[in-house]
Amino acid sequence: MSSLESHSEPVILEMRSITKEFPGVKALAEVSLSVKAGEVHAICGENGAGKSTLMKVLSGVYPFGTYTGDIVYQSQVQQFRDIRASESAGIVIIHQELALIPELSIMENIFLGNEPSKRGVINWAEARLRSLDLLARVGLRDDPDTQVKEIGVGKQQLVEIAKALNKSVKILILDEPTAALNESDSQHLLDLILGLKAKGITSIIISHKLNEIEQIADSITIIRDGKSIETLNVKADGVDEDRIIKGMVGRTLESRFPDHTPALGETFFEVKNWTVAHPQIQDRLVCKESSFFVRRGEIVGFAGLMGAGRTELARSIFGRSYGKFITGEIYKDGKAVQLKSVHSAIGAGLAYVTEDRKSLGLNLLDDIKTTTVSANLEKISKRTVVNTDKEFAVAEQYRKSLRTKTPSVMEGVSKLSGGNQQKVVLAKWMFTDPDLLILDEPTRGIDVGAKYEIYGIIQELASQGKGVIVISSELPELLGLSDRIYTIFEGAITGVLTKEQANQESLMKLMTSARKTAA
Amino acid sequence: MKSIKKMFGGDTRQFGMIFALVALILFFQWRTDGITLTSANMINLFNGNSYILILAIGMVLVIIAGHIDLSVGSVAAFVGMVVAIAMRDWGIPWYLGILLGLALGALIGAWQGWWTAYVGIPAFIVTLAGMLIFRGAQQFVGQSNSIPVPKEFQYIGAGYLPEVGPNTGYNNLTLLLGLAGVAFVIVGELRKRKAARELGAEVPELWISIAKVVLISVAILYATYLFATGRPGTSFPVPGLILAVLVLIYGFISSKTIVGRHVYAVGGNRHAAELSGVKSKKINFLVMMNMSIIAGLAGMIFVARSTSAGPSDGTGWELDAIAAVFIGGAAVTGGVGTVIGSIVGGLVMAVLNNGLQLLGVGADWQSMIKGLVLLIAVAIDVYNKSQGRVSIIGMMMKNFNRSPDGPSNPNQPDETTSTKEAISREA
Repeated sequence: MSSLESHSEPVILEMRSITKEFPGVKALAEVSLSVKAGEVHAICGENGAGKSTLMKVLSGVYPFGTYTGDIVYQSQVQQFRDIRASESAGIVIIHQELALIPELSIMENIFLGNEPSKRGVINWAEARLRSLDLLARVGLRDDPDTQVKEIGVGKQQLVEIAKALNKSVKILILDEPTAALNESDSQHLLDLILGLKAKGITSIIISHKLNEIEQIADSITIIRDGKSIETLNVKADGVDEDRIIKGMVGRTLESRFPDHTPALGETFFEVKNWTVAHPQIQDRLVCKESSFFVRRGEIVGFAGLMGAGRTELARSIFGRSYGKFITGEIYKDGKAVQLKSVHSAIGAGLAYVTEDRKSLGLNLLDDIKTTTVSANLEKISKRTVVNTDKEFAVAEQYRKSLRTKTPSVMEGVSKLSGGNQQKVVLAKWMFTDPDLLILDEPTRGIDVGAKYEIYGIIQELASQGKGVIVISSELPELLGLSDRIYTIFEGAITGVLTKEQANQESLMKLMTSARKTAA
Repeated sequence: MKSIKKMFGGDTRQFGMIFALVALILFFQWRTDGITLTSANMINLFNGNSYILILAIGMVLVIIAGHIDLSVGSVAAFVGMVVAIAMRDWGIPWYLGILLGLALGALIGAWQGWWTAYVGIPAFIVTLAGMLIFRGAQQFVGQSNSIPVPKEFQYIGAGYLPEVGPNTGYNNLTLLLGLAGVAFVIVGELRKRKAARELGAEVPELWISIAKVVLISVAILYATYLFATGRPGTSFPVPGLILAVLVLIYGFISSKTIVGRHVYAVGGNRHAAELSGVKSKKINFLVMMNMSIIAGLAGMIFVARSTSAGPSDGTGWELDAIAAVFIGGAAVTGGVGTVIGSIVGGLVMAVLNNGLQLLGVGADWQSMIKGLVLLIAVAIDVYNKSQGRVSIIGMMMKNFNRSPDGPSNPNQPDETTSTKEAISREA
């Protein structure tokens, strides 16, 4: 992993022993990365491994001084103070969430912050000429005066690259560039990256789509748990998808799950041919004819990469709270049910714990007791008057049974740690006495000890005969908890594996490709 | 101290506002050589501000839900004018006039609520339009004339509790009202202590409860004394009574009912509320509709007090009501605020108005002072939040406070959680 490896091409960028700590957490520990001039270098790792953090260190989002280690670029140690500094050196990052302004035109976006001007007056004629040239280089034939909101995500991605080219980029960093693109747009983008490579531009690409990496990358650095594991040379080492997956998930599994003997009952919840469109973009399907079922007492895992459509599936089932419903049926206890609002979904015995605790799951202004009863106020009310004594008693009961660490249930939820906040959210939904709980990333942002307790709560709910759906990006978590695991790729269910069949490799394969396997 | 704070919604700013209110009253009492706390002046103060305080009750719910209503002045004036015309030209009796006014308010509210909740136009725009529409409509139906209202109708704006029972030298009904208020405070506190004990929650220390009850009771009794000993024919004013009843009703609705909870939930985090089964559109509709009903009521009270409906009624009321709500501790972003806090905020403005008038300060200076008070009150709050919400008054009170932890601190996220989550989002 040192610069000594490079014999053919000179090394353009080297990151040496980068360590980045946030209070209480080491996000990166002694990570090293060596990129040769003119290559396409991929960075692979699971969600949360530290890929994006590393790129933010490189591009100056985390300025010099907030990390330890050296960035050596063009044989000089760099001390980027902000993004402007890294950009003027020729390192440009294109984030997963595009940084374009929808109301401005393509041309205005390309030159935003970098306008050709004289004494503050923009020379639009020059801007137009230059933008035509830049757009030709990325293969975009739209009028530069078109508003960005009127072109698709694929073309927007190209505008971002044109913007980077305008800054005379030497290293282009792309964070999940194809995550939101369809197949043909993706292919066009990959071709463009190879085209830029031919013109001597180095690219660093972060992607979950391993087939794409296999296709275009020259070298791959694998990051796992904030450490750089290995750097592979794609051609020399004969790297394929399986080899990358092995590197990404190669950690040992500790015993992180409480003991649990599943007691499976009959199938009581079934979804058939569930198809849902994106709320704004009507022709983009976020769920494609998905069918699945849940048995009583069963913990069903849903595995998929970020953006695969897991949350969209869960939320559209939970009272159509996401997207535009197209077709599909839901059967509960053998009867078809129409769940057109969250209210009716709760009434039918569903509960959904969101992945985004702070912006979708909690009112951070509330205290614990108010939150605990907030989804089932009717139960503690008489003629719409809330009985605050009962409210307190209920909150207190859940505080004890879930062992929420707090001085009192009068405490504001914003003062709790992530794990305890999650317990309060779980209490809120347990109080609605649901038959089916959908838990979306139930342990995100929670430390190991609290995770163990949350797992215990999930298993206890299953033991009571409830069905539990667990959506998670952490495969070890799904493997440890689930009785059965469905895999989702680009909105479609690509397979289902029993606890015995499933392992990280088999899951990762189904999560990254559209090929169907028999259930 | 914590329990006293709790009584006012647990918000340090409201707690501070009560001290500011008391300090203001004492200051003016001193500067005006005792004119401030006379029965004539208190009655005057209540009569002259009750409609703003009533508006503040509706406005705080609108602001808690995350909206704003700029149309209340125009709506109040329109309703007042229509009711005055209906009573004069159609000869309907005063009680039908009041019903008509409330119904008209509901209709206007339904109009504005529909645009806000179901069409999704920001309330700022909807009510800015409403402000223009109903101001114009009022001048159109009234032909920009003054329309007098009948004597019986004037009672709701300028009446007093009648003299009944034996001659005690005081107004008996006012005395009864005062005693009822004291009994309400004592029973409420006893009940709260009992409930806390039964549930095993933290019971406030006895001396705190006693001190609190005594302080409030003394304040109520003193006010009772002032109102009961006014010049013959005066006593506790009817608009004050309407205000008190509304405070009780809306205080109850906002803190104890499902609808009230949902208003806070929608304002605090609309998406989280919707994912908990709250019908946020319905809540927004109700809140906007309620505001216009209350505006109609305030308009009628004002017309009754000034004995006629005129073309410039209600000008600038929306701003006074909004100022009262923000001084009283509500947050611009929604989710925060209490009915009682808004009343205290409104009283601060009212006492300021009244005291400055008594001192002979001109309208120009009054306006400037009121503006600065609003700015400083909110600035202190913003500063406190950025400092982890230890207010200056809270710090002063800490020395008297047996329990070391102050009021809960809802806006300070947990350190480790926030960074961990930041990482997981970034990674």
